[in-house]
Amino acid sequence: MMELFWQYSFVRYAFLAGLLIGFIAPLVGSFVVVRRISIIADALAHVSLSGIALGFLLGSLWPLAGQVRPTYYGLFFAIAASLAIEKLRQTYRHFADLAIPIILSTGVGLGVVLIGLSRGVNIDLLGLLFGNILAVTPADLWRVVILGAVVLSVLALFYKELLAISFDEEAARVAGLPIGFLQALFSAMVAVVVMTAIQLVGILLVSALITIPVAAALRLAKSFRQLLLFSVLLAEMSVLLGLWVSFQLNLATGGTIVLASVLLFLGVLFWTRWREGVMA
Amino acid sequence: MNGAEAVRVEDVSFRYTDRDVLQHVSFSLKVGDMLGLVGPNGSGKSTLLRLMVGLLPLRRGKVYWFGQPLASFRERWRIGYVPQRAGSFMSGFPATVEEVVQMGLVGKAGLLRPLGRQGRERALAALEEVGMADFFRWTIGALSGGQQQRVLIARALVADPDILILDEPTVGVDHEAEERFYDLLHRLHRERSLTIIMVSHDLGVISHHMDTIACLNHELLYFGPSDQFLLRQDEVVEAMYGAGVRVVKPALSSCAGQP
Repeated sequence: MMELFWQYSFVRYAFLAGLLIGFIAPLVGSFVVVRRISIIADALAHVSLSGIALGFLLGSLWPLAGQVRPTYYGLFFAIAASLAIEKLRQTYRHFADLAIPIILSTGVGLGVVLIGLSRGVNIDLLGLLFGNILAVTPADLWRVVILGAVVLSVLALFYKELLAISFDEEAARVAGLPIGFLQALFSAMVAVVVMTAIQLVGILLVSALITIPVAAALRLAKSFRQLLLFSVLLAEMSVLLGLWVSFQLNLATGGTIVLASVLLFLGVLFWTRWREGVMA
Repeated sequence: MNGAEAVRVEDVSFRYTDRDVLQHVSFSLKVGDMLGLVGPNGSGKSTLLRLMVGLLPLRRGKVYWFGQPLASFRERWRIGYVPQRAGSFMSGFPATVEEVVQMGLVGKAGLLRPLGRQGRERALAALEEVGMADFFRWTIGALSGGQQQRVLIARALVADPDILILDEPTVGVDHEAEERFYDLLHRLHRERSLTIIMVSHDLGVISHHMDTIACLNHELLYFGPSDQFLLRQDEVVEAMYGAGVRVVKPALSSCAGQP
Protein backbone atom coordinates (compact mmCIF):
# COMPACT_ATOMS: atom_id res chain seq x y z
CA MET A 1 0.00 0.00 0.00
CA MET A 2 2.78 2.41 0.97
CA GLU A 3 4.50 1.57 -2.33
CA LEU A 4 1.43 2.68 -4.22
CA PHE A 5 1.35 5.83 -2.14
CA TRP A 6 4.91 6.83 -3.01
CA GLN A 7 4.80 5.51 -6.55
CA TYR A 8 1.67 7.17 -7.88
CA SER A 9 0.84 10.81 -7.39
CA PHE A 10 -2.89 10.20 -7.95
CA VAL A 11 -2.90 7.92 -4.91
CA ARG A 12 -1.28 10.63 -2.82
CA TYR A 13 -3.79 13.21 -4.06
CA ALA A 14 -6.62 10.82 -3.27
CA PHE A 15 -5.40 10.32 0.28
CA LEU A 16 -4.81 14.00 0.92
CA ALA A 17 -8.16 15.05 -0.55
CA GLY A 18 -9.87 12.27 1.40
CA LEU A 19 -8.29 13.28 4.68
CA LEU A 20 -9.10 16.97 4.17
CA ILE A 21 -12.74 16.26 3.31
CA GLY A 22 -12.92 13.75 6.14
CA PHE A 23 -11.94 16.61 8.44
CA ILE A 24 -14.35 19.35 7.36
CA ALA A 25 -17.41 17.26 6.41
CA PRO A 26 -18.15 15.94 9.93
CA LEU A 27 -17.41 19.33 11.54
CA VAL A 28 -20.17 20.96 9.53
CA GLY A 29 -22.13 17.70 9.73
CA SER A 30 -22.24 17.97 13.54
CA PHE A 31 -24.20 21.22 13.30
CA VAL A 32 -26.35 19.80 10.51
CA VAL A 33 -27.28 16.75 12.61
CA VAL A 34 -28.10 18.59 15.87
CA ARG A 35 -30.21 21.06 13.90
CA ARG A 36 -32.13 18.02 12.62
CA ILE A 37 -31.63 18.86 8.95
CA SER A 38 -29.49 15.84 8.09
CA ILE A 39 -31.16 15.35 4.77
CA ILE A 40 -30.08 18.84 3.62
CA ALA A 41 -26.73 17.54 2.33
CA ASP A 42 -28.56 15.11 0.09
CA ALA A 43 -30.77 17.87 -1.29
CA LEU A 44 -27.85 20.22 -1.96
CA ALA A 45 -25.88 17.46 -3.67
CA HIS A 46 -28.80 16.76 -6.00
CA VAL A 47 -29.26 20.46 -6.74
CA SER A 48 -25.58 20.78 -7.54
CA LEU A 49 -26.11 18.20 -10.29
CA SER A 50 -28.32 20.69 -12.14
CA GLY A 51 -25.67 23.41 -11.69
CA ILE A 52 -22.95 21.14 -13.04
CA ALA A 53 -25.14 20.13 -15.97
CA LEU A 54 -25.84 23.79 -16.71
CA GLY A 55 -22.09 24.45 -16.62
CA PHE A 56 -21.47 21.76 -19.22
CA LEU A 57 -24.35 22.98 -21.38
CA LEU A 58 -23.23 26.62 -21.31
CA GLY A 59 -19.66 25.55 -21.96
CA SER A 60 -20.74 23.68 -25.08
CA LEU A 61 -22.74 26.67 -26.31
CA TRP A 62 -20.33 29.50 -25.47
CA PRO A 63 -16.63 28.76 -25.06
CA LEU A 64 -16.31 31.76 -22.73
CA ALA A 65 -18.78 30.22 -20.28
CA GLY A 66 -16.73 27.05 -20.49
CA GLN A 67 -13.81 28.85 -18.88
CA VAL A 68 -15.57 28.47 -15.54
CA ARG A 69 -15.43 24.87 -14.31
CA PRO A 70 -18.89 23.22 -14.12
CA THR A 71 -18.16 22.48 -10.44
CA TYR A 72 -18.44 26.22 -9.69
CA TYR A 73 -21.85 26.34 -11.33
CA GLY A 74 -22.74 23.45 -9.03
CA LEU A 75 -21.41 25.34 -6.03
CA PHE A 76 -23.42 28.42 -6.96
CA PHE A 77 -26.59 26.32 -7.35
CA ALA A 78 -25.95 24.55 -4.03
CA ILE A 79 -25.52 27.87 -2.19
CA ALA A 80 -28.67 29.30 -3.78
CA ALA A 81 -30.56 26.12 -2.88
CA SER A 82 -29.33 26.18 0.72
CA LEU A 83 -30.55 29.76 1.11
CA ALA A 84 -33.89 28.81 -0.46
CA ILE A 85 -34.24 25.90 1.99
CA GLU A 86 -33.68 28.25 4.97
CA LYS A 87 -36.26 30.67 3.56
CA LEU A 88 -38.81 27.87 3.02
CA ARG A 89 -38.12 26.54 6.54
CA GLN A 90 -39.06 29.95 7.92
CA THR A 91 -42.20 30.12 5.76
CA TYR A 92 -43.36 26.61 6.69
CA ARG A 93 -42.37 26.75 10.35
CA HIS A 94 -44.59 23.83 11.34
CA PHE A 95 -43.65 21.73 8.31
CA ALA A 96 -40.02 22.81 8.08
CA ASP A 97 -38.98 19.39 6.70
CA LEU A 98 -41.07 20.11 3.58
CA ALA A 99 -38.46 22.58 2.36
CA ILE A 100 -35.88 19.91 1.63
CA PRO A 101 -37.88 17.55 -0.65
CA ILE A 102 -39.21 20.57 -2.57
CA ILE A 103 -35.70 21.81 -3.32
CA LEU A 104 -34.32 18.29 -3.88
CA SER A 105 -36.99 17.46 -6.46
CA THR A 106 -36.49 20.80 -8.19
CA GLY A 107 -32.76 20.13 -8.39
CA VAL A 108 -33.13 16.63 -9.80
CA GLY A 109 -35.85 17.69 -12.25
CA LEU A 110 -33.77 20.57 -13.56
CA GLY A 111 -30.63 18.43 -13.63
CA VAL A 112 -32.27 15.70 -15.72
CA VAL A 113 -33.68 18.25 -18.20
CA LEU A 114 -30.32 20.03 -18.54
CA ILE A 115 -28.42 16.76 -18.99
CA GLY A 116 -30.94 15.86 -21.69
CA LEU A 117 -30.28 19.18 -23.41
CA SER A 118 -26.51 18.63 -23.22
CA ARG A 119 -26.63 15.59 -25.49
CA GLY A 120 -23.36 15.23 -27.25
CA VAL A 121 -21.47 16.82 -24.37
CA ASN A 122 -19.20 14.39 -22.57
CA ILE A 123 -20.39 14.44 -18.94
CA ASP A 124 -18.85 11.94 -16.52
CA LEU A 125 -22.21 11.17 -14.98
CA LEU A 126 -21.02 8.08 -13.12
CA GLY A 127 -18.14 10.09 -11.62
CA LEU A 128 -20.59 12.75 -10.49
CA LEU A 129 -23.05 10.29 -8.98
CA PHE A 130 -20.57 7.98 -7.27
CA GLY A 131 -17.44 10.09 -6.94
CA ASN A 132 -14.06 9.67 -8.54
CA ILE A 133 -11.37 10.42 -6.03
CA LEU A 134 -8.69 8.80 -8.14
CA ALA A 135 -9.19 11.56 -10.73
CA VAL A 136 -8.20 14.29 -8.23
CA THR A 137 -5.70 16.67 -9.83
CA PRO A 138 -3.32 19.04 -8.01
CA ALA A 139 -5.71 21.86 -8.96
CA ASP A 140 -8.59 19.94 -7.33
CA LEU A 141 -6.48 19.41 -4.26
CA TRP A 142 -5.75 23.12 -3.98
CA ARG A 143 -9.47 23.83 -4.32
CA VAL A 144 -10.19 21.44 -1.46
CA VAL A 145 -7.46 23.08 0.65
CA ILE A 146 -8.79 26.60 0.04
CA LEU A 147 -12.45 25.72 0.54
CA GLY A 148 -11.53 23.70 3.63
CA ALA A 149 -9.62 26.66 5.06
CA VAL A 150 -12.60 28.93 4.45
CA VAL A 151 -14.98 26.52 6.15
CA LEU A 152 -12.65 26.05 9.13
CA SER A 153 -12.20 29.81 9.54
CA VAL A 154 -15.95 30.44 9.49
CA LEU A 155 -16.51 27.65 12.01
CA ALA A 156 -13.80 28.97 14.32
CA LEU A 157 -15.03 32.57 14.11
CA PHE A 158 -18.73 31.84 14.58
CA TYR A 159 -18.55 28.69 16.70
CA LYS A 160 -20.36 30.08 19.74
CA GLU A 161 -23.12 31.69 17.67
CA LEU A 162 -23.68 28.59 15.52
CA LEU A 163 -23.85 26.40 18.64
CA ALA A 164 -26.32 28.79 20.31
CA ILE A 165 -28.72 28.88 17.33
CA SER A 166 -28.44 25.10 16.92
CA PHE A 167 -29.38 24.47 20.56
CA ASP A 168 -32.14 27.04 21.02
CA GLU A 169 -32.89 29.36 18.13
CA GLU A 170 -35.55 31.30 20.04
CA ALA A 171 -33.26 32.16 22.94
CA ALA A 172 -30.59 33.19 20.44
CA ARG A 173 -33.11 35.45 18.72
CA VAL A 174 -34.13 37.05 22.03
CA ALA A 175 -30.43 37.60 22.80
CA GLY A 176 -30.24 39.69 19.65
CA LEU A 177 -28.05 37.41 17.51
CA PRO A 178 -28.28 38.14 13.76
CA ILE A 179 -30.15 34.91 13.04
CA GLY A 180 -30.73 35.55 9.32
CA PHE A 181 -27.06 36.26 8.67
CA LEU A 182 -25.88 33.25 10.70
CA GLN A 183 -28.32 30.90 9.00
CA ALA A 184 -27.29 32.13 5.55
CA LEU A 185 -23.63 31.75 6.47
CA PHE A 186 -24.20 28.23 7.77
CA SER A 187 -26.21 27.24 4.69
CA ALA A 188 -23.49 28.53 2.38
CA MET A 189 -20.93 26.58 4.37
CA VAL A 190 -22.92 23.35 4.04
CA ALA A 191 -23.14 23.96 0.29
CA VAL A 192 -19.37 24.42 0.04
CA VAL A 193 -18.70 21.23 2.00
CA VAL A 194 -21.18 19.25 -0.09
CA MET A 195 -19.60 20.42 -3.33
CA THR A 196 -16.14 19.61 -2.04
CA ALA A 197 -17.15 16.17 -0.84
CA ILE A 198 -18.89 15.24 -4.09
CA GLN A 199 -15.54 14.57 -5.72
CA LEU A 200 -14.77 12.03 -3.03
CA VAL A 201 -17.97 10.04 -2.74
CA GLY A 202 -20.31 11.45 -5.38
CA ILE A 203 -23.73 13.07 -5.26
CA LEU A 204 -25.56 9.97 -4.09
CA LEU A 205 -23.30 9.31 -1.12
CA VAL A 206 -22.24 12.77 0.00
CA SER A 207 -24.75 13.05 2.84
CA ALA A 208 -23.44 9.76 4.24
CA LEU A 209 -20.00 11.28 4.77
CA ILE A 210 -21.53 14.32 6.45
CA THR A 211 -23.94 12.49 8.75
CA ILE A 212 -22.86 8.88 9.46
CA PRO A 213 -19.66 9.68 11.43
CA VAL A 214 -21.70 12.23 13.41
CA ALA A 215 -24.44 9.68 14.08
CA ALA A 216 -21.79 7.34 15.54
CA ALA A 217 -20.14 10.17 17.51
CA LEU A 218 -23.53 11.10 19.02
CA ARG A 219 -23.51 7.75 20.85
CA LEU A 220 -20.15 8.57 22.43
CA ALA A 221 -20.11 12.34 23.00
CA LYS A 222 -20.91 13.94 26.33
CA SER A 223 -20.36 17.49 25.05
CA PHE A 224 -20.52 19.32 21.74
CA ARG A 225 -16.75 19.59 21.61
CA GLN A 226 -16.52 15.82 22.01
CA LEU A 227 -19.06 15.40 19.22
CA LEU A 228 -16.80 17.39 16.89
CA LEU A 229 -13.71 15.45 17.95
CA PHE A 230 -15.22 11.96 17.72
CA SER A 231 -16.99 12.62 14.42
CA VAL A 232 -13.76 13.85 12.82
CA LEU A 233 -11.86 10.82 14.14
CA LEU A 234 -14.51 8.42 12.85
CA ALA A 235 -14.69 10.15 9.46
CA GLU A 236 -10.91 10.05 9.04
CA MET A 237 -10.87 6.38 9.99
CA SER A 238 -13.62 5.74 7.41
CA VAL A 239 -11.65 7.54 4.70
CA LEU A 240 -8.40 5.66 5.44
CA LEU A 241 -10.08 2.30 5.81
CA GLY A 242 -12.22 2.86 2.71
CA LEU A 243 -9.29 3.93 0.55
CA TRP A 244 -7.13 1.06 1.73
CA VAL A 245 -9.79 -1.62 1.21
CA SER A 246 -10.81 -0.22 -2.16
CA PHE A 247 -7.18 -0.31 -3.37
CA GLN A 248 -6.61 -3.80 -2.01
CA LEU A 249 -9.80 -5.32 -3.39
CA ASN A 250 -10.17 -3.06 -6.43
CA LEU A 251 -13.57 -1.74 -5.30
CA ALA A 252 -15.33 1.57 -6.03
CA THR A 253 -13.60 4.04 -3.71
CA GLY A 254 -16.52 6.34 -2.79
CA GLY A 255 -18.83 3.47 -1.97
CA THR A 256 -16.15 1.67 0.04
CA ILE A 257 -15.50 4.80 2.15
CA VAL A 258 -19.19 5.10 2.92
CA LEU A 259 -19.43 1.38 3.76
CA ALA A 260 -16.43 1.78 6.06
CA SER A 261 -18.25 4.61 7.87
CA VAL A 262 -21.35 2.43 8.20
CA LEU A 263 -19.20 -0.37 9.60
CA LEU A 264 -17.69 1.96 12.19
CA PHE A 265 -21.14 3.31 13.01
CA LEU A 266 -22.41 -0.24 13.65
CA GLY A 267 -19.31 -0.99 15.71
CA VAL A 268 -19.94 2.07 17.90
CA LEU A 269 -23.63 1.20 18.18
CA PHE A 270 -22.95 -2.35 19.36
CA TRP A 271 -20.14 -1.29 21.66
CA THR A 272 -22.24 1.40 23.39
CA ARG A 273 -25.17 -1.01 23.73
CA TRP A 274 -22.92 -3.65 25.20
CA ARG A 275 -21.45 -1.08 27.60
CA GLU A 276 -24.92 0.10 28.65
CA GLY A 277 -25.87 -3.53 29.23
CA VAL A 278 -22.82 -4.07 31.42
CA MET A 279 -23.43 -0.85 33.37
CA ALA A 280 -27.13 -1.60 33.93
CA MET B 1 -32.53 52.37 39.55
CA ASN B 2 -35.75 51.30 41.33
CA GLY B 3 -38.67 53.41 40.19
CA ALA B 4 -37.38 53.69 36.61
CA GLU B 5 -39.45 52.11 33.88
CA ALA B 6 -38.35 48.63 32.84
CA VAL B 7 -40.90 47.87 30.14
CA ARG B 8 -43.90 49.59 28.60
CA VAL B 9 -46.44 47.87 26.37
CA GLU B 10 -48.60 50.34 24.44
CA ASP B 11 -51.84 49.37 22.73
CA VAL B 12 -50.51 46.05 21.43
CA SER B 13 -52.89 43.99 19.29
CA PHE B 14 -52.15 40.82 17.37
CA ARG B 15 -54.14 38.83 14.89
CA TYR B 16 -53.45 35.39 13.48
CA THR B 17 -55.02 34.90 10.04
CA ASP B 18 -58.56 34.33 11.23
CA ARG B 19 -58.81 35.56 14.81
CA ASP B 20 -57.81 38.31 17.19
CA VAL B 21 -55.44 36.97 19.81
CA LEU B 22 -54.66 40.24 21.57
CA GLN B 23 -56.65 43.44 21.63
CA HIS B 24 -55.31 46.79 22.80
CA VAL B 25 -53.06 45.56 25.61
CA SER B 26 -51.24 48.30 27.53
CA PHE B 27 -49.29 48.23 30.78
CA SER B 28 -45.94 49.21 32.19
CA LEU B 29 -43.56 47.79 34.81
CA LYS B 30 -41.00 49.49 36.98
CA VAL B 31 -37.55 48.12 37.71
CA GLY B 32 -37.82 45.54 40.48
CA ASP B 33 -41.49 44.64 39.82
CA MET B 34 -42.52 40.98 39.79
CA LEU B 35 -45.27 40.45 37.25
CA GLY B 36 -47.34 37.30 36.96
CA LEU B 37 -49.02 37.13 33.55
CA VAL B 38 -51.95 34.72 33.82
CA GLY B 39 -54.74 33.53 31.59
CA PRO B 40 -56.33 30.31 30.32
CA ASN B 41 -54.84 28.30 27.47
CA GLY B 42 -55.16 30.23 24.22
CA SER B 43 -55.67 33.56 25.99
CA GLY B 44 -52.73 35.16 24.21
CA LYS B 45 -50.28 35.35 27.13
CA SER B 46 -47.47 33.52 25.35
CA THR B 47 -48.20 35.54 22.20
CA LEU B 48 -47.86 38.76 24.22
CA LEU B 49 -44.57 37.57 25.68
CA ARG B 50 -43.25 36.59 22.24
CA LEU B 51 -44.25 39.99 20.83
CA MET B 52 -42.50 41.74 23.71
CA VAL B 53 -39.18 39.97 23.11
CA GLY B 54 -39.32 40.16 19.33
CA LEU B 55 -40.08 36.50 18.57
CA LEU B 56 -43.24 37.59 16.74
CA PRO B 57 -43.46 40.67 14.49
CA LEU B 58 -44.99 43.62 16.31
CA ARG B 59 -47.42 45.10 13.78
CA ARG B 60 -49.86 47.00 16.00
CA GLY B 61 -48.81 48.81 19.13
CA LYS B 62 -45.45 49.55 20.69
CA VAL B 63 -43.09 47.95 23.19
CA TYR B 64 -40.36 49.91 25.00
CA TRP B 65 -37.53 48.31 26.99
CA PHE B 66 -35.86 50.69 29.41
CA GLY B 67 -37.32 53.60 27.43
CA GLN B 68 -36.13 52.40 24.02
CA PRO B 69 -38.41 51.02 21.29
CA LEU B 70 -38.05 47.25 20.85
CA ALA B 71 -36.81 47.55 17.24
CA SER B 72 -33.87 49.77 18.21
CA PHE B 73 -33.16 48.19 21.61
CA ARG B 74 -29.64 46.83 21.18
CA GLU B 75 -28.77 45.77 24.74
CA ARG B 76 -30.73 42.56 24.42
CA TRP B 77 -28.54 40.87 27.02
CA ARG B 78 -30.40 42.93 29.62
CA ILE B 79 -33.34 40.58 29.02
CA GLY B 80 -32.81 37.07 30.37
CA TYR B 81 -35.23 34.66 28.69
CA VAL B 82 -36.19 31.25 30.04
CA PRO B 83 -38.33 29.26 27.57
CA GLN B 84 -40.78 26.53 28.51
CA ARG B 85 -38.80 23.61 29.83
CA ALA B 86 -40.86 21.25 27.70
CA GLY B 87 -38.85 22.37 24.66
CA SER B 88 -37.75 19.23 22.85
CA PHE B 89 -34.44 20.82 21.85
CA MET B 90 -32.69 19.57 24.96
CA SER B 91 -33.40 15.86 24.77
CA GLY B 92 -30.42 14.15 23.25
CA PHE B 93 -28.49 17.33 22.45
CA PRO B 94 -24.82 16.57 23.12
CA ALA B 95 -23.98 19.62 25.23
CA THR B 96 -22.71 19.87 28.78
CA VAL B 97 -24.34 22.09 31.38
CA GLU B 98 -21.31 24.38 31.06
CA GLU B 99 -21.74 24.70 27.29
CA VAL B 100 -25.45 25.46 27.67
CA VAL B 101 -24.89 28.19 30.28
CA GLN B 102 -22.12 29.79 28.23
CA MET B 103 -24.61 30.16 25.36
CA GLY B 104 -26.24 32.87 27.49
CA LEU B 105 -23.12 35.01 27.04
CA VAL B 106 -23.07 34.88 23.25
CA GLY B 107 -25.29 37.94 22.68
CA LYS B 108 -23.43 40.10 25.17
CA ALA B 109 -19.94 39.09 24.02
CA GLY B 110 -20.61 40.11 20.42
CA LEU B 111 -19.58 38.49 17.15
CA LEU B 112 -16.03 37.22 16.63
CA ARG B 113 -15.17 37.43 20.33
CA PRO B 114 -14.37 34.11 22.00
CA LEU B 115 -15.74 33.56 25.51
CA GLY B 116 -12.48 32.14 26.86
CA ARG B 117 -11.73 31.43 30.49
CA GLN B 118 -13.88 34.31 31.68
CA GLY B 119 -16.90 32.70 30.04
CA ARG B 120 -16.19 29.51 31.92
CA GLU B 121 -15.86 31.31 35.25
CA ARG B 122 -19.06 33.27 34.72
CA ALA B 123 -20.92 30.09 33.78
CA LEU B 124 -19.72 28.44 36.97
CA ALA B 125 -20.78 31.46 39.03
CA ALA B 126 -24.26 31.44 37.45
CA LEU B 127 -24.58 27.72 38.13
CA GLU B 128 -23.57 28.26 41.75
CA GLU B 129 -26.28 30.86 42.05
CA VAL B 130 -28.96 28.35 41.04
CA GLY B 131 -27.38 25.53 43.07
CA MET B 132 -26.22 23.50 40.05
CA ALA B 133 -22.44 23.99 40.14
CA ASP B 134 -21.87 20.28 40.87
CA PHE B 135 -23.43 19.42 37.50
CA PHE B 136 -21.00 21.57 35.49
CA ARG B 137 -19.75 18.69 33.35
CA TRP B 138 -23.01 16.76 33.04
CA THR B 139 -24.76 16.34 29.71
CA ILE B 140 -27.91 18.48 29.74
CA GLY B 141 -30.15 15.57 28.71
CA ALA B 142 -29.06 13.52 31.75
CA LEU B 143 -30.67 15.99 34.19
CA SER B 144 -34.19 15.90 35.66
CA GLY B 145 -36.82 18.42 34.54
CA GLY B 146 -36.34 20.66 37.56
CA GLN B 147 -32.55 20.59 37.16
CA GLN B 148 -32.79 21.46 33.46
CA GLN B 149 -35.00 24.37 34.43
CA ARG B 150 -32.33 25.66 36.80
CA VAL B 151 -29.67 25.36 34.11
CA LEU B 152 -31.82 27.43 31.75
CA ILE B 153 -32.24 30.04 34.50
CA ALA B 154 -28.44 30.07 34.91
CA ARG B 155 -28.13 30.58 31.15
CA ALA B 156 -30.49 33.55 31.43
CA LEU B 157 -28.60 34.98 34.43
CA VAL B 158 -25.04 34.55 33.18
CA ALA B 159 -25.06 37.78 31.13
CA ASP B 160 -26.15 39.67 34.28
CA PRO B 161 -29.54 40.84 32.94
CA ASP B 162 -31.83 43.44 34.49
CA ILE B 163 -34.98 41.53 33.73
CA LEU B 164 -35.87 37.86 33.78
CA ILE B 165 -38.68 36.52 31.60
CA LEU B 166 -39.99 33.02 32.25
CA ASP B 167 -42.55 31.26 30.06
CA GLU B 168 -44.51 28.69 32.10
CA PRO B 169 -41.35 27.58 33.89
CA THR B 170 -42.98 25.09 36.24
CA VAL B 171 -44.94 23.04 33.71
CA GLY B 172 -44.15 19.37 34.22
CA VAL B 173 -42.06 20.05 37.34
CA ASP B 174 -42.99 18.26 40.59
CA HIS B 175 -44.27 20.13 43.63
CA GLU B 176 -40.99 20.06 45.54
CA ALA B 177 -39.01 21.37 42.55
CA GLU B 178 -41.66 24.07 42.09
CA GLU B 179 -41.23 25.23 45.69
CA ARG B 180 -37.45 25.36 45.25
CA PHE B 181 -37.94 27.26 42.00
CA TYR B 182 -39.98 29.98 43.73
CA ASP B 183 -37.47 30.22 46.58
CA LEU B 184 -34.77 30.81 43.97
CA LEU B 185 -36.87 33.39 42.15
CA HIS B 186 -37.47 35.38 45.36
CA ARG B 187 -33.79 35.25 46.26
CA LEU B 188 -32.77 36.50 42.80
CA HIS B 189 -35.30 39.28 43.03
CA ARG B 190 -34.03 40.28 46.46
CA GLU B 191 -30.30 40.04 45.78
CA ARG B 192 -30.13 41.29 42.19
CA SER B 193 -33.14 43.65 42.19
CA LEU B 194 -34.26 41.75 39.10
CA THR B 195 -37.47 42.68 37.36
CA ILE B 196 -39.35 39.45 36.77
CA ILE B 197 -42.08 38.61 34.27
CA MET B 198 -43.51 35.16 34.55
CA VAL B 199 -46.20 33.59 32.41
CA SER B 200 -48.38 30.96 34.03
CA HIS B 201 -51.86 29.50 33.89
CA ASP B 202 -51.87 28.92 37.65
CA LEU B 203 -53.56 32.01 39.07
CA GLY B 204 -53.54 30.76 42.65
CA VAL B 205 -49.78 30.15 42.81
CA ILE B 206 -48.86 33.24 40.77
CA SER B 207 -50.91 35.62 42.88
CA HIS B 208 -49.20 34.15 45.94
CA HIS B 209 -45.66 34.75 44.68
CA MET B 210 -45.80 37.84 42.44
CA ASP B 211 -46.45 41.43 43.54
CA THR B 212 -48.22 42.47 40.33
CA ILE B 213 -50.79 40.48 38.38
CA ALA B 214 -51.90 40.81 34.77
CA CYS B 215 -54.96 38.75 33.83
CA LEU B 216 -55.31 38.24 30.13
CA ASN B 217 -57.94 36.71 27.93
CA HIS B 218 -57.27 38.38 24.57
CA GLU B 219 -57.64 41.70 26.38
CA LEU B 220 -56.19 42.82 29.68
CA LEU B 221 -58.88 42.14 32.31
CA TYR B 222 -56.87 43.14 35.35
CA PHE B 223 -53.51 44.77 35.90
CA GLY B 224 -52.44 45.80 39.37
CA PRO B 225 -51.09 44.70 42.75
CA SER B 226 -51.80 41.10 43.63
CA ASP B 227 -53.14 42.00 47.09
CA GLN B 228 -55.81 44.23 45.56
CA PHE B 229 -56.73 41.55 43.08
CA LEU B 230 -58.78 39.83 45.79
CA LEU B 231 -61.35 42.63 45.69
CA ARG B 232 -62.09 42.04 42.02
CA GLN B 233 -61.26 38.39 41.70
CA ASP B 234 -64.77 37.02 41.08
CA GLU B 235 -65.48 39.47 38.29
CA VAL B 236 -62.05 38.97 36.64
CA VAL B 237 -62.04 35.19 36.96
CA GLU B 238 -65.51 34.99 35.44
CA ALA B 239 -64.39 37.14 32.49
CA MET B 240 -61.28 34.99 32.08
CA TYR B 241 -62.58 31.47 32.51
CA GLY B 242 -66.37 31.86 32.22
CA ALA B 243 -69.16 31.73 34.79
CA GLY B 244 -69.06 29.11 37.51
CA VAL B 245 -65.28 29.08 37.92
CA ARG B 246 -63.78 30.26 41.19
CA VAL B 247 -60.23 30.47 42.45
CA VAL B 248 -59.67 28.18 45.41
CA LYS B 249 -60.01 30.53 48.35
CA PRO B 250 -57.16 29.42 50.61
CA ALA B 251 -54.55 30.22 47.97
CA LEU B 252 -55.88 33.72 47.42
CA SER B 253 -56.58 34.41 51.06
CA SER B 254 -52.99 33.64 51.87
CA CYS B 255 -51.83 35.74 48.93
CA ALA B 256 -53.86 38.70 50.18
CA GLY B 257 -51.79 38.67 53.33
CA GLN B 258 -48.49 38.72 51.46
CA PRO B 259 -46.46 41.93 51.54
